[in-house]
Amino acid sequence: MSLVHVLGFGLKVGHLIWMICWWFVSVISMNWFGNGGIMDPKMSLLGGKDPIGWWERVLGRISLIHHHCSQYVGSKRVSNTWWRKLLYTWLVGSTICSMWTFFYMSSQAAEKRKETLTSMCDERARMLQDQFNVSMNHVQAISILISTFHHGKNPSVIDQRTFARYAERTAFERPLTSGVAYAVRVLHSEREQFEKQHGWTIKRMDTIEQKPVHKDDYEPENLEPSPIQEEYAPVIFAQDTVSHVVSLDMLSGKEDRENVLRARASGKGVLTAPFRLLKTNRLGVILTFAVYKMDLPANATPNERIRATAGYIGGVFHIQSLVEKLLQQLASKQNIVVTVLDTTNQSYPISMYGSSSNASDDSLEDVSMLNFGDPFRKHEMHCRYKERAPWPVLEIATSSGIIVIAFLMGYIFHATMNRIAKVEDDCREMSRLKKEAEAADVAKSQFLATVSHEIRTPMNGVLGMLDILMDTDLDVTQQDYVRTAQASGKALVSLINEVLDQAKIESGKLELEAVQFDLRAILDDVLSLFSGKSQEKGVELAVYISDRVPDKLIGDPGRFRQIITNLMGNSIKFTEKGHIFVTVYLVEEVRDSSDVETISSPRNTLSGFPVPERRLSWSKFRGFSQEGPPCPSLSSFSHPVNLIVSVEDTGEGIPLEAHPRIFTPFVQVGPSISRTHGGTGIGLSISKCLVGLMNGEIGFVSEPRVGSTFTFTAVFDNGCSSSGDYGDPQINSQSNPSTLEFHGMTALLVDPRPVRAKVSRYHIQRLGIHVEVVPDLNHSLSSVTNCKTTKIDMIIVEEEVWDKNSGSSALFVNQLSDQGVAPKLFILTNSISSSRTGNRSSGKIQGCPAVITKPLRSSMIAASLQRAMGFRNRAITRNGEISRLALRSLLRGRKILVVDDNDVNLKVAAGALKKYGADVLCVNSGIKAISLLKPPHHFDACFMDIQMPVMDGFEATKRIRAAEQSFNSESQHGDGHGEAQGRAKNWHLPVLAMTADVIHATHEQCLRYGMDGYVSKPFEAEQLYREVSRFFASETNWTL
Amino acid sequence: MDALQLKRQLITFTELLFREGFLDEQFHQLQQLQDEKNPNFVVEVVSLFFEDSERLLNELAKALDQQNVDYKKVDAHVHQLKGSSSSIGAQRVQRVCIVFRNYCNEKNVEGCLKCLQQLKHEYAIVKTKLEALFSLEQQILAAGG
Repeated sequence: MSLVHVLGFGLKVGHLIWMICWWFVSVISMNWFGNGGIMDPKMSLLGGKDPIGWWERVLGRISLIHHHCSQYVGSKRVSNTWWRKLLYTWLVGSTICSMWTFFYMSSQAAEKRKETLTSMCDERARMLQDQFNVSMNHVQAISILISTFHHGKNPSVIDQRTFARYAERTAFERPLTSGVAYAVRVLHSEREQFEKQHGWTIKRMDTIEQKPVHKDDYEPENLEPSPIQEEYAPVIFAQDTVSHVVSLDMLSGKEDRENVLRARASGKGVLTAPFRLLKTNRLGVILTFAVYKMDLPANATPNERIRATAGYIGGVFHIQSLVEKLLQQLASKQNIVVTVLDTTNQSYPISMYGSSSNASDDSLEDVSMLNFGDPFRKHEMHCRYKERAPWPVLEIATSSGIIVIAFLMGYIFHATMNRIAKVEDDCREMSRLKKEAEAADVAKSQFLATVSHEIRTPMNGVLGMLDILMDTDLDVTQQDYVRTAQASGKALVSLINEVLDQAKIESGKLELEAVQFDLRAILDDVLSLFSGKSQEKGVELAVYISDRVPDKLIGDPGRFRQIITNLMGNSIKFTEKGHIFVTVYLVEEVRDSSDVETISSPRNTLSGFPVPERRLSWSKFRGFSQEGPPCPSLSSFSHPVNLIVSVEDTGEGIPLEAHPRIFTPFVQVGPSISRTHGGTGIGLSISKCLVGLMNGEIGFVSEPRVGSTFTFTAVFDNGCSSSGDYGDPQINSQSNPSTLEFHGMTALLVDPRPVRAKVSRYHIQRLGIHVEVVPDLNHSLSSVTNCKTTKIDMIIVEEEVWDKNSGSSALFVNQLSDQGVAPKLFILTNSISSSRTGNRSSGKIQGCPAVITKPLRSSMIAASLQRAMGFRNRAITRNGEISRLALRSLLRGRKILVVDDNDVNLKVAAGALKKYGADVLCVNSGIKAISLLKPPHHFDACFMDIQMPVMDGFEATKRIRAAEQSFNSESQHGDGHGEAQGRAKNWHLPVLAMTADVIHATHEQCLRYGMDGYVSKPFEAEQLYREVSRFFASETNWTL
Repeated sequence: MDALQLKRQLITFTELLFREGFLDEQFHQLQQLQDEKNPNFVVEVVSLFFEDSERLLNELAKALDQQNVDYKKVDAHVHQLKGSSSSIGAQRVQRVCIVFRNYCNEKNVEGCLKCLQQLKHEYAIVKTKLEALFSLEQQILAAGG
C-alpha cells in the first residue's frame, strides 16, 4: 500500500514540478515580450477590437526589446549561464530525490519484511510452545496415573503391557512426544528384590552413550548390568516406541541423571539438553516428571520432595520431526527457515532443529524466546527467510521513473532554452538579412536609376550625331538606315525613361511636384498627341471634364499627363474601331449620383459601340465604400479635389486570364502582344504607382472583344483662390484671351446621341458659347425660327446626322439661308479622309458648312470658328502670338536685369526682352548683378544664368536674397525710410533662372535657392509668358 | 541682279540652311527680334557670336594642347560655345558641343580633339553660310529691295 502511495506522491510531485517549469518558461518569454506584451492581452481580451494593432505593437516591442537585448549581450550571457546552473542543480536535485525515494522505499520494504518475519516467527514459537505444553501436561497426567494406579494400589494394577497400550492410545494427546517411559526409584537395598521380582537386572546406560550404536546392533541383553549405586532408576514401563529403554537405569545416563535429580527436587517437569537419542540416534530432549508417593504441599522443600519420590516419568520429545510437523501444519516452510536452539549455556547454544548452514546468508533473523515450562532451560527459535529478499523492482522503477522524468524535464528545459536562443539568433540573422535585402533592393533601384541615367547621356550623343548624319549628303538607302537607327534610339530612350521611372518609384525617390496646372489644357494636349493616330485608325477620340472640376489644380501635371498618356496609348494600341473616351469627374459627383446621364450606360455610348459597365472598374475602390471624402487624413491639401478619371475604349479587351497580372511590371497580355504592338508592359505598373502617389486608386473592367475601361482616382489641391467658384466654365474661360470674342454667342448643336452631344457641348461651352442641343435637323430649324429672343450664331451638326439624308441636309441649308442673317453651319467630322472635306474646309461659300475635325479641343474649335467667322484680322491664331501680345503688355516699361557670362546669349536675351518693350540692362557676372540689385533699386525683375564662372546663378541669387532680407528687417526698424520709398515694404525681386537643360531637378534647385522660376534658353514666348505672368499679373491689375 | 531675284535667292538659301540643319527655329526668332529700333540686331548678334566662338575655339585648342588637360576649363568653354550657338540657332555647332561635353566628362582627349576638329569645321561652315546670307541681304539692301 505504502509503495503505491509513494508512487502516487512521486507522480504528483513530478506534475507540480512540470507545471512550475512551464510557468517559468512562460514568464521568461513574457518578460521578453515586455511590459506591453503583458498588459495588452487584457485589452485585447476585453475589447478584441484591434488584434492586428495589438500584434503590431507586440512586434514593435519585440523588435525594441530585441534591440535592447543586443545592446546587453553580456547580461544575456550571464542569464544563459544562470540557466545552465539551474539546469545542473535541477539534475543533481532530482537525482538525490530519486535516490532518497529509493532508499526510503527499500527501508520501508525491509521493515515490512522484518515485521512479517517477526510475526511469523512468534506465531511458530507460540504454537510450538502451546503444543509442547499440551504434551507436557499429558505427560504429567500419566505421572499422576502412575502414582495412582501403580504406587497407590498394592499390588499394582499397571504392568508394562497396560502402560504401553495406554500410552499408545493416548499418544495423539501428546503430539510432540515420540514416546513415554516410567522409571521407578529403586534403592540399593531393594535392588535384589526388585531384580528378582522383574526378572532382569538393572542395566547401565552410560556405556551406550559413550559409544553410540546403530539401531540395528542395539541389543538390550548385551548391556552391562548397572554397577552398584546408592539408588537406581530403572525403566519399568515404556511405550512401544521406546520399549528398548526398559530396564535401563536412568540415573546412569548423564543427561537423564541430571534431569531426574532436578525433576524430583523441583516437582516440575524438566528438560534435558538436546542429545542423540538411544537407538534412533536422533536429536531429542527428554522431559522428566517426578512421581511422588504422597501428595506434597506446594511449598515442600526439595529434601522432602526427594524423600517422597517414587519414580520418574519421562517423555521423549523428538524435536526435529515435531517441528517439521508443526511447520507443515502452518504450510509456510518454504518461506522461512526455522532453527530452534537450546541456549541454556549461552556460549555454546545447542541446535535442536535446523541448521544455520542451509539458511541464506541474509542477515535478517528473528529470535523468539520459547518457554517449555522449565525455568532452568532456555530455548530460542531463530527464523530466517529461506530466500533472499526479492529485488526491489518497484523501488528501482519508481526512482528511475523519477530520474527519467526529471531528466526529460531538464532536457525540455534545455531544449527550450536552446530553442529560444536559436530563435533569437535566427531573428537577429533574419533582421540582418532583411536589412541586406532591403539595401540590395535599394541598390538595385539606384543601380537602375544610375545606369539608365548614364545610358541616356551617351544616347543623346548618338541621337544627336544621327541627326547630324541625317543632314549630310546621304542617298535614299543610307537615309533609311539612319532613320531606322534614330527611331530605335528614340524607342530606347523612352524605354530607359520608363525604367528610370520604375526604378525611381521603387526606390521611393519619385516625388510629385505641386504646381498649378490646367487640367483641361493637359487633356487637350494629350488629345492632340493622339489625334493623328486616332484619325489614322478612324477611332473617335473625346474628352469630357465635368463642370464641377476646378479650372486650376495644384499637383504634378507631368505625372498626371503620364498616366493619361499611358492609358490612352494602350487604348489606341488595341482599338481598331469605335471610340476612346476620357472622362473626368469629381469623386463626389460619381458617388452621389447614379445618374445615367453622368455615367454612360453600356448602350448609350459615344460611338454607339457597346462598352463594359464602367461602374465595375471602380467597384473595388476604397474611397467609394465609405461616406465622406475618401482618405481625408491622407491629403495634406487645404482644398482637396478628388478626381475620378476614366479612359474607355472599344478595343479588343483584356483576356480574363490576364486580369490579375495587368499591373505587374513588364507583364503583357501575351508574347504576341509585344510583337504586334511593342512596348515594355511597364506603363500600367508605373501608372499604378503614380496613382498611388496621388493618393488614388486604379482599377479596370474589361470584356474581351467589347472593350476596356480603366479608371483611376487622384487627389489634387484646388488651385482656385476660393473653392466656391468652380462650376461656371464661362466665367473661368474669360481668362483665356483667345475665347473672348465668342463670349455670349449661342450655338445649336444637332446630335441625336446624348453622350456625344454632351462632349461637344462641353468643348463649345469652354469658349463661352451658349449651347442648345437638339436631336435632329428639323428640330434645329424650328428652334432657329422660333427663338426670336436669342439669336443663334452657329449651328453645329454631327457628321452622322448630316450624312444620313443628304436631301434633307440640302433642304436645311436652303431653309437656313432664307432666315435673314443665317447662322454659320459647321459639321463635326471624325476623320479627315472624308472626300467632302476638300469642298467644305474653306466654308467660304454661303451655305456650305465648315468642317471641324475631331478630336474636339477648345483651341481647335476656336481656330475653326475664327476661320469661318472671319476673326482672322485680329490675328489671333497661334498660341504663341497670343502670348506675345500678352507678354508685350506685361513687360512694357519694366526694368529688367539680365545676367549671363556669354555675350551672345546676353545679347539675344536682351533683344528678346526689348522686343516686348522691356527696359533691359545687361551684366556679365553675378557679382556685378549683386551690386546692382542691392536694395533700394529700380529693377522689376532679373533673369539669371545658372552656369557662370566665378559665381553661379544660385549663389548670386542667395546673396541677393540675403541682402533683401537684411534691408527688409532694417526698414521695418526704421519706419520712415521704408515709407519714403513708396515701393513694397518687402523687397522681393523676381529672379528667374535661365537654363539650357530644363530638367526636373534644376527646377527644384531653383526654388530652393530663392528663385521664382526658370525659363529655358533660348526664350520660348509661351513659357516666358507663363513664368512672367505669375508675378507680374497681380501688379498688372493695378497698373492698368 | 535685281532685288527680286536676290530676294528669291535669299529665301532659297535660307531654306537650304534650315533644311540642312545649319540653323534652327532660334534663328527665325532672332530675325523676328530685329525691328526698326535695332535694324542690325541679327548681324550684331551673329558677329558677336563669331568673335566669341573664335576666341573660345582658340582657347579650346590651347587647353587641349597642354600636357595635363584641364577638363573643367574645357567644359566651361564648350558650355559657353554651346550657349551662344544655341542662342543664334547654329544647330550643328550646338550638337557637336553636346558630344564634346560628353567626351569632356569622360576625359577622353581623343574624342575632345576630334570634336574640336569637328567644331572648327562646323563653325567654319556656319560662318561662311551666315556671311553669305548677310552679304545677300546687303546686296538686297544695296539693290534697294
